[in-house]
Amino acid sequence: MGKTLAEKVWDEHVVRAREGEPDLLYIDLHLLHEVTSPQAFDGLRLAGRTVRRPDLTLATEDHNVPTVDWDKPIADPVSRTQVETLRRNAAEFGVRLHPLGDIEQGIVHVVGPQLGLTQPGMTIVCGDSHTSTHGAFGAIAFGIGTSEVEHVLATQTLPQAKPKTMAVTVNGSLPAGVTAKDLVLTLIAHTGTGGGQGYIVEYRGPAIEELSMEGRMTVCNMSIEWGAKAGLIAPDQTTFDYIEGRPEAPKGEDWTAAVEHWKTLVTDDDAEFDEEIVLDASTMTPFVTWGTNPGQGVPLGAAVPDPAGFEDGGDRVAAEKALQYMGLEAGTPMREVKVDTVFVGSCTNGRIEDLRTAAAIIKGRHVDKDTRLLVVPGSVRVRLQAEEEGLDVVFKEAGAEWRGAGCSMCLGMNPDQLAPGERSASTSNRNFEGRQGKGGRTHLVSVPVAAATAIRGTLSSPADLD
Amino acid sequence: MEKFTTHTGVGVPLRRSNVDTDQIIPAVYLKRVTRTGFEDGLFAAWRNDPTFVLNDEAYAAGSVLVAGPDFGTGSSREHAVWALQNYGFKAVISPRFADIFRGNAGKSGLLAAQVDEKVVQRLWDHLEEHPGATVTLDLEARTVRAGDGPDAIEDSFDIDDYTRWRLLEGLDDIGITLGHEDAIESYEAARPSWKPATL
Ligand code: SF4
Repeated sequence: MGKTLAEKVWDEHVVRAREGEPDLLYIDLHLLHEVTSPQAFDGLRLAGRTVRRPDLTLATEDHNVPTVDWDKPIADPVSRTQVETLRRNAAEFGVRLHPLGDIEQGIVHVVGPQLGLTQPGMTIVCGDSHTSTHGAFGAIAFGIGTSEVEHVLATQTLPQAKPKTMAVTVNGSLPAGVTAKDLVLTLIAHTGTGGGQGYIVEYRGPAIEELSMEGRMTVCNMSIEWGAKAGLIAPDQTTFDYIEGRPEAPKGEDWTAAVEHWKTLVTDDDAEFDEEIVLDASTMTPFVTWGTNPGQGVPLGAAVPDPAGFEDGGDRVAAEKALQYMGLEAGTPMREVKVDTVFVGSCTNGRIEDLRTAAAIIKGRHVDKDTRLLVVPGSVRVRLQAEEEGLDVVFKEAGAEWRGAGCSMCLGMNPDQLAPGERSASTSNRNFEGRQGKGGRTHLVSVPVAAATAIRGTLSSPADLD
Repeated sequence: MEKFTTHTGVGVPLRRSNVDTDQIIPAVYLKRVTRTGFEDGLFAAWRNDPTFVLNDEAYAAGSVLVAGPDFGTGSSREHAVWALQNYGFKAVISPRFADIFRGNAGKSGLLAAQVDEKVVQRLWDHLEEHPGATVTLDLEARTVRAGDGPDAIEDSFDIDDYTRWRLLEGLDDIGITLGHEDAIESYEAARPSWKPATL
């Protein structure tokens, strides 16, 4: 029997396998940031251990950093301590770090692909659950905890039980104006937040193949939001074209050898998945969340659901609690929900393609007078590219705030936060209670919906602007 | 890591499903650079509510958390495990755990015991009827027990063999792996030269 893509990549990385024990997997790339690494370095130091492969390790500052005044010292003393601790650890253990102010600084999952470090067939880990983003390149990439960060630093390996495999096949083509984000939000509403648990998921089918690398990253990014261990997509010409010429991409003969290998990284025709989900992209529409987990979503054209309509008792209670937290009435059309802040950014939708999409919709229009639009590039490179293309001018002329690179309002850990009760439409990935600031209410949306919402002040799609 | 064999402690009924890591410990509490002191952040938002279970004196010394399905979804933050441990929890019981949370728990010595949803229902009812009642988890036998007499609850819980062995022995993962240095070296010798490097 043939193998699935995930099995191929997995098997290529097994250092040691024993019946009844997890496989010991080799890790090709270990990404670090300031929040989940300090205790890991501390553990190394206490045990007198070193970083085994600093040359397979990369650190950047993203979660805590401010997106204004980034040339000044970080105001919050605790954030500053974490960032300074990372700098000290990187220097002491010889790890490459892109700190605030560096041209390669940014969200760790934007920086890896942009440098060309993220390549097909790799194993990639980071102390951050959205590491699944890198699966878009045909890599097995997943988030790990701090003890595991320490383990990888010390050994460049990780003991892991082999997950089951699942195929998510998306047939048809996405209609115009419907994006990768809508696709993945639709999927999560279909499966629930636990539907992918225990699986490495391969996204496949015509609608996936038609996505750009940015779109594929958006889909893989949110794998964790329906519980999957990792999500990946077979590499193809779109992947190779994206990687070629990037700073850390293979060159010359190495490139030829690499591409030759990458082309073998597809699921064999006779391979079997443990589970399969089939969706039809052509029926999808802009999709938004109404609740406090990413599975609580509906089409933008629908209304806030009535909890009484949920068959499962647990779902009903969860929906009641969510509506109470969100301050929403069942039956209200989603399009009538008024939004205070729109956030365009994060590792889900903070890449250059996302900013171009937003700018194209916003150009020549003005942000609603009661709404604030925050545009935060995922990395300094993305910011500079956008500025070269004049996108920053489009945003500023429309009345938006144009910021520096970082996680920003994706999570309430840096100065960019929602006030209690404030409502956002956000291109990020989590609408948990308090995620964007204590008491903040988050609606997850695509970039086009975010842009149109900023203009109209209520949840909207670009079609509503004409 | 301390060995885990059996534990008996006050059970805390947390009648919620989908307890995500942002609820276990909100991001603003993640800024420490040590592994201790996270207890203040545990369920921080919910603890503002006077009716929240941990604000009830009877459960204040709780060490066994009994929660609904999909406990620990969301971020990879191991702080969620540390916060529970720093507060005094030794074990969490749930019908389903998020993968990363379960992995982190095993690494830090917090027992994540997976049980049937009906067992959680019975434990909730029991612990609410008898605030301050204890729950016993026997890792050797993989059983959970509470109450006595005809209404006693006794059932099995699931945990994978490897994690159970490590918890029982109190073993440190890194030490185990470093014992396979030869295998790592020979793997490294065979890696293709075109694989990317950061330095
Ligand atoms: S942008 Fe959000 S999801 Fe992505 S790494 Fe930063 S905090 Fe995590």
